[in-house]
Amino acid sequence: MTSPRPELLAKLTPVLTKRWLSPDAWRIDTYEQLDGYQALRKALKSDPDDLIAFMKDSGHRGRGGAGFPVGMKWAFIPQNDGKPHYLVVNADEGEPGTCKDLPLMMNDPHALIEGMIIATWAIRSNKAFVYIRGEAIHAARRLRNAVEEAYAKGYLGKNILGSGHDLDIVIHSGAGAYICGEETALLDSLEGYRGQPRLRPPFPATHGVYGCPTVINNVGSIASVPHIVLNGGAWWKSLGSENSAGTMIYSLSGRVQNPGQYECGMGITLRELIELAGGMLPGHNLKFWTPGGSSTPMLTADHLDVPLDFDGVAKAGSILGTTATMIFSDRDCPVYATYRWLMFYTHESCGKCTPCREGNYWMTRTYRRILSGKGTHADLDTLLDTCDNLLGRSFCGLGDGATSSVTSSLQYFKQDYLDYIEGHRRPLLNEADLVGAH
Amino acid sequence: MLLDNEELKAQAREIIARYPQGKSRSALLPMLHLVQAEDGYVSGDGIGFCAEMLGLTKAEVAAVSTFYTMYKRKPTGDFLVSVCTNTMCDVMGGQTVYNVLSEYLEVGHDETTADGKITLEHAECLAACDFAPVMTVNYEFYDKVDPEQALATVRELQDGKLPQPSRGARLCTLKQLSRQLAGWSEDRKDALADTGIGEATLAGLRLAEKHGVAAPVGDVELNTPIRVEKK
Ligand SMILES: Cc1cc2nc3c(=O)[nH]c(=O)nc-3n(C[C@H](O)[C@H](O)[C@H](O)COP(=O)(O)O)c2cc1C
Ligand code: SF4
Ligand code: FES
Repeated sequence: MTSPRPELLAKLTPVLTKRWLSPDAWRIDTYEQLDGYQALRKALKSDPDDLIAFMKDSGHRGRGGAGFPVGMKWAFIPQNDGKPHYLVVNADEGEPGTCKDLPLMMNDPHALIEGMIIATWAIRSNKAFVYIRGEAIHAARRLRNAVEEAYAKGYLGKNILGSGHDLDIVIHSGAGAYICGEETALLDSLEGYRGQPRLRPPFPATHGVYGCPTVINNVGSIASVPHIVLNGGAWWKSLGSENSAGTMIYSLSGRVQNPGQYECGMGITLRELIELAGGMLPGHNLKFWTPGGSSTPMLTADHLDVPLDFDGVAKAGSILGTTATMIFSDRDCPVYATYRWLMFYTHESCGKCTPCREGNYWMTRTYRRILSGKGTHADLDTLLDTCDNLLGRSFCGLGDGATSSVTSSLQYFKQDYLDYIEGHRRPLLNEADLVGAH
Repeated sequence: MLLDNEELKAQAREIIARYPQGKSRSALLPMLHLVQAEDGYVSGDGIGFCAEMLGLTKAEVAAVSTFYTMYKRKPTGDFLVSVCTNTMCDVMGGQTVYNVLSEYLEVGHDETTADGKITLEHAECLAACDFAPVMTVNYEFYDKVDPEQALATVRELQDGKLPQPSRGARLCTLKQLSRQLAGWSEDRKDALADTGIGEATLAGLRLAEKHGVAAPVGDVELNTPIRVEKK
């Protein structure tokens, strides 16, 4: 294994991840020694409106997948409306491939809490929730401990650091439902209902949790805030690329030597990331990959030099998403990968709208037929037709996202489908394999 | 009857108090975790308890509890073994791990061994794809498992041992863990420090450290408030 070239190593820019190597950074004493709660002091001296304008100027965009500008989202919260305002942190991390938020909360939970205090000061909120996926108990445990430590030191509760700002934080564990990551489903779940998306408008900025103005931000979006406040918006911009300010935690999984978290300035390419990760595994050649989770259209070896920022990936016909790069090789089958993702979407569909509930169910069955060697050429048209009826016609992003791997794999790897259909390839599934499937 | 348990009722009221006044229904998810901590699953009694405490009908509570995968409808074992079989883990060997465990334990998805000790399930992506394939026991992680390791872990559980997870705290029973899901903090204080970080999490950082690479820092005067000219 060769070491990555020096000019590539220089592209590593640990900011959000920088404390993870300090074994005790999850404890408040260590966090304070590592600049912790400094940004908060600065922020609390500032006028909330200035803080919002500052975040707008920093170009910081949401890390939950859609890249909505953070400062703008905060500015949508109506002021002097007499209603309570809420901040809800989306820690439901469940998009297949995505694995950046849980390690952050495990290893640097105070960064999230500090970001939350700053954000609530800006939007004038006194109560915040972290909705964390239930299975992530290892991270919730650390986060809850951090909240208790922060109360004990006066960073939470009444009159924080003498600023007059009050804040209570509740850590709320979900119970296993990917759809609850969708922000309006999350709100329903937080209110004690089945997690099903709400009709928009009205938007959460005016009618969020309990019908009150609510900001919903991803863990990474909020945990970046203290760093931006401490180092300045110009600095944040300088770390990224045009329209994509800052660093991003790229999560590499699959057929590389050293899978894991690599924080780099936005705009790095997959070719560079793979080199940082020690190259592909021996005997594996890159075949397909996702730029940001299973809901983002897959790309191929032809896209190795696409800048992984919001505009670059969009131009290549996909979505930056959560920068969860799942890397598959010529030993992996894009048809099977898509089938397995569809099983996931079928299981996780909340059932509220017909295109998603029925479409995923039937597409899964079509894939089974193809993968067990019984598919027909017409099946491929059926798949595309079904996707047509999901994309843009589903009630929420889950249904849209489910079509991504179907249409992109058909676009780039139609021959792989034809190989099953025309009997050039041994069927991957038999009846026994279907037992235990949802 | 759970409703006869005064201590449990006090705990339920504690959960309700976390949420704004008049918004007690927000307590439902944590409260379902709480009744699961008592019974090992969401029993009819548990549903009745939540309904009574929150002024809901049993049908309203059941409609919620059946929506979420983590609320179990049948008694579960002390140990819930979940094997991720979503695409990445599957491709990296997770489905084989699941199949081997299923055969060894003689149970299928969401089924419990005859001795009532172990429940097996296959899970969707557990946000640990960089450690694929992963398995969890009561939601604590065993990273990069192969069939032999998975079998060894399960055999230890059967022998009454508590194999140390690669990430996450030392094991306890699913009922004990459910109390944390209901919002109580870890009472085994040293368990907070238990966890290994996991090398994949640190991959980029190790590389940066080894080669002396750090992100640039900005220069900002700490004591000066942020001021932005209004546009
Ligand atoms: C099906 C679905 C699942 C989602 N899951 C998550 C998630 O787990 N975490 C997250 O932050 N955003 C998730 N999102 C995006 C959220 O709806 C929302 O855009 C995001 O939390 C906004 O935060 P940001 O502006 O800080 O990025 C999901 C969206 C959809 C459609
Ligand atoms: S698209 Fe799917 S998940 Fe979203 S509302 Fe419709 S059925 Fe529910
Ligand atoms: S696919 Fe198994 S943890 Fe993501």
